[in-house]
Amino acid sequence: MSLGSIFDIAGSGMTAQSLRLNTTASNIANAETASSSTEQTYRARKPVFAAIQQSMLNPSQQGQAFGSEEGPGAGVRVEGIVESDAELQMRFQPDHPAANEEGYVFYPNVNVVEEMADMMSSSRSFQMNVDIMNSAKSMMQRILTLGQQ
Amino acid sequence: MAISLDKALGIHQHALEGRVKRAEVLANNLANADTPGYKARDIDFQAMMEKAQEGMSGFGMTRTHESHMDTSPMGQDSELMYRVPNQPSVDGNTVDTQQEQTRFMRNAMDYQASFQFLNGKVTGIKKALSGQ
Repeated sequence: MSLGSIFDIAGSGMTAQSLRLNTTASNIANAETASSSTEQTYRARKPVFAAIQQSMLNPSQQGQAFGSEEGPGAGVRVEGIVESDAELQMRFQPDHPAANEEGYVFYPNVNVVEEMADMMSSSRSFQMNVDIMNSAKSMMQRILTLGQQ
Repeated sequence: MAISLDKALGIHQHALEGRVKRAEVLANNLANADTPGYKARDIDFQAMMEKAQEGMSGFGMTRTHESHMDTSPMGQDSELMYRVPNQPSVDGNTVDTQQEQTRFMRNAMDYQASFQFLNGKVTGIKKALSGQ
């Protein structure tokens, strides 16, 4: 429990947000990737965030009678990346090289508008974590000057 | 009369410690701003200070067994509470980013104030020791 752990917390937030930005970039880049079957089509990917509990970092504290689960958190982690199971877009394009026998082409279930909003949200959150880190840094630097004239 | 540095510094060292603790909790809230189901938390600073004052007045209790409840000035996480959300969100997250950021900033300012007090005490002691 010190200022140093704020760096870990804000750092975990930055890692999580940049991963979210990565999946958004992948989704937007593949928004128009057509294929001839539902299995091969790209599906929108979304990261799943979960809070890290302090007790996970310090296993020695887990046996305590009080406050083992109730302790302060220690940042955020990405539990995994899930593929969206929204319906794929089926378009009738007989001239398309990837068209199937019936002349249909499958497009990914990426909603570009949603992805753009997600992108803005994650870049703002990233920025916020950087601000937190800067504040913690100046707080730490201040404590180092304690007792100086 | 023995000089007790601990007493000379007064409540300010505990206040500074409390500010650091609160900064950590608020930073954690902000890091989890997009985590579904995360509940925002905060420290009851006043309760923490009251505890610290109790400890300083000499009536603090000692723990004779490690599984007894901790009553030390900077106790366990008993002051850690959940925030009451003023706007429900679909995913169960109760972090209000703007409010948390404001609190973090305010806390950093309070930290600076506590630091000034503590610094004043330290420079005062230094002056006394050097006989100026």
